[in-house]
Amino acid sequence: MTAMTRLAQWVAMAAALIAAPASADFSLLNMTQGVTESSRDIYGLHMTIFTITVVIGVGVFGAMFYSIFRHRKSRGVEPSKFHHSTTMEIVWTVIPLVILVAMAVPATQVLIDLDDTTNSEMTVEVTGYQWFWGYKYKGEDVQFLSRLDTDSDRARRLDSGIQPASVDNYLQNVDQRLVLPVDTRVRFQITGADVIHSWWMPDLGWKKDAIPGYVNEMWTEIEEPGVYRGRCAELCGRDHGFMPVVVEALPKAEFDEWLANRQAGGTGMTADSDETPETDGELAAR
Amino acid sequence: MTATTYDHAAHEGEPTGFKRWLVTTNHKDIGSMYLLFSLAMFLLGGAMALVIRAELFQPGLQIVDPYFFNQMTTMHALVMIFGAVMPAFTGLANWMIPLMVGAPDMALPRMNNWSFWLLPFGFAVLLSTLFMPGGGPAGGWTMYPPLMLQTGTAFPFVIFAIHVLGISSIMGSINVIATILNMRAPGMSLMKMPLFVWTWLITAYLMIAVMPVLAGAVTMLLTDQYFGTTFFSAAGGGDPVLYQHIFWFFGHPEVYILILPAFGIISTIIPTFARKPLFGYSSMVYATASIAFLSFIVWAHHMFTVGMPLAGELFFMYSTMLIAVPTGVKVFNWVSTMWRGAMTFEAPMLFALAFVFLFTIGGFSGLMLAIAPADFQYHDTYFVVAHFHYVLVTGAVFAILAAAYYWMPKWTGHMYSERLAQWHFWMSVIFVNVLFFPQHFLGLAGMPRRIPDYSVQFADWNMVSSIGGFGFGFAQLIFVWLLIKCIRGGQQAEAKAWEGASGLEWDVPSPAPHHTFDTPPVVR
Repeated sequence: MTAMTRLAQWVAMAAALIAAPASADFSLLNMTQGVTESSRDIYGLHMTIFTITVVIGVGVFGAMFYSIFRHRKSRGVEPSKFHHSTTMEIVWTVIPLVILVAMAVPATQVLIDLDDTTNSEMTVEVTGYQWFWGYKYKGEDVQFLSRLDTDSDRARRLDSGIQPASVDNYLQNVDQRLVLPVDTRVRFQITGADVIHSWWMPDLGWKKDAIPGYVNEMWTEIEEPGVYRGRCAELCGRDHGFMPVVVEALPKAEFDEWLANRQAGGTGMTADSDETPETDGELAAR
Repeated sequence: MTATTYDHAAHEGEPTGFKRWLVTTNHKDIGSMYLLFSLAMFLLGGAMALVIRAELFQPGLQIVDPYFFNQMTTMHALVMIFGAVMPAFTGLANWMIPLMVGAPDMALPRMNNWSFWLLPFGFAVLLSTLFMPGGGPAGGWTMYPPLMLQTGTAFPFVIFAIHVLGISSIMGSINVIATILNMRAPGMSLMKMPLFVWTWLITAYLMIAVMPVLAGAVTMLLTDQYFGTTFFSAAGGGDPVLYQHIFWFFGHPEVYILILPAFGIISTIIPTFARKPLFGYSSMVYATASIAFLSFIVWAHHMFTVGMPLAGELFFMYSTMLIAVPTGVKVFNWVSTMWRGAMTFEAPMLFALAFVFLFTIGGFSGLMLAIAPADFQYHDTYFVVAHFHYVLVTGAVFAILAAAYYWMPKWTGHMYSERLAQWHFWMSVIFVNVLFFPQHFLGLAGMPRRIPDYSVQFADWNMVSSIGGFGFGFAQLIFVWLLIKCIRGGQQAEAKAWEGASGLEWDVPSPAPHHTFDTPPVVR
């Protein structure tokens, strides 16, 4: 065995060791970019401020570790006596201020944009209950409750004996999804029925508290059809961890079809629903 | 200088045994009781954290019911904040402030005794709620209504306990202020005080300002529950968000109460072991005061998602970002103090260096959280949990441990075992990062805080974090063992236990005699 191959083996082993804890998925290390312009703006802010802190960190910790290695008594150094420098102190007060202003500008722009809930094409009312969500399509005569799906609900009992990994989308699946059209500016009106909840959909970049007696507003415009999963983010009692949010974004035509079906008394199940009955017969049997 | 007039005759007739501790008015005895109480609460709160981490070790519910889990998250926070960190700082203040300013005792010794003895009673009430019908409080330490109003029998007891703990803190603060302002040795002007004394002076004012606010908030909860008021109920014309504003007007200064004395400790230890004066003493004082002032105008950054008007979001975003400036000044000053010093790395210095490094990481995540739109994603996730544990565990707790090692020779008269201390440090610093660093990933990937169970994509990092939690928890037992050993014996400590130390506390013998500075020292 040559030295090179031995080295390569060591490197591979070290890499495997480092990777082991997260062997499942390295995309789980960072914020999701999401599927709306606002969520990507937020991701951009997040990465910018993160990069700034890393650069500052490298500088500060670099100086600190240099000092720890070079200025130690065991190297026989004589301690210096200086104890202040007005110039330096002004410099490291002003530079952070400048960085902060530079950071505040884009953050303000995004915030102003997020705050503007006008010009929406449809409105959905979201209500938090202990412990499920209620959705109402304003002016469309469609409303329903959305609860944790039965498979997760069975598996999550204390000592249920069911492996969470064996359940499809454990704790992030519901019986009835919130179905929304893509490329449509949707306004949400969020409130709570009993205690404070928080409706969080990471792929939309939003989290908003659902407060009894308050109506909070937010808006979104989803760009890609798909199923997006979120959760309640505000402690709301015993089953706080068990009230997921699932949004299914459909192309506009399919959404209209779904809405018409729903208005006509249909199930509201979409072709992609996890619990879609296969045939009319099965549907009747239910 | 006559540092001490230790006289056995003066002690004849003083009570011994349990009564000595019950009726003592001696700042050193009371300081020791505070510190030991705080250690006991630290271990108890840690045990609660381990229940949390054990349940989160893998997805699914294996150990506890979700409601009990919520009680654990709530009590863990209350015990750690009001039982471990605040009393530890008060204990350090009791022991060290009179020694540092050359005073014979605290200004109000009887009140000092009372403010300590309220603590065990307050905590007896608080902890007993866990055994009441309906269990203990389970709405989080923030106690937001309406959820908090769903608490069972425990509800009034929790509020009573918080009142008692608040009174204890206020009396402790009054004592600190009275001592510092009135009992300094001749010649010790304010700008000659050790930085630990300065940070505690400012902290004490913060406490007096905000503990009554907390008391008001919980009293309004009480009247909402039992006396028909509707302060926090929209149905009666009240406002649930009002509670959050009041709570965080207390809560944000509170987090600085938990960190400012830590800044003072670090500013004492780094110069000692770098053998070089603290860089920028006066800017440290001004930075501490600025942080204290800013702490009153940033509270709603805990509430970016409650639906504030745009102007409010912007104001609280900007004011919060500003805190980075004085905090940055502090970190730069500490690094400059190390620069071209002659450093050695005994346990107090190791914890202080770990503080500077890891607290700064907590500061960075704090800066990220200040960006309101990004906070829409971070808020109420494990990213926040990681953030405040970096500032409170590797910040406040590491500083307290650093202080304990630094002054243990003065307290016990013995040098602690440096070998055990090194083990304690390295186990702590490694496991605490295994514990909390992955929680940043969990939060960014979408895991909310305060949940007993989670979807399977979060399994790996939760397992890593739990392993870190148990490692960190058991590493603290090394400290308990070391402390017992150090109290019982060990190498005799000199009056000035550390080569580079300076300050009046090192002029008195080790252990510090029961009475010190009967005749005030003269400070030039």
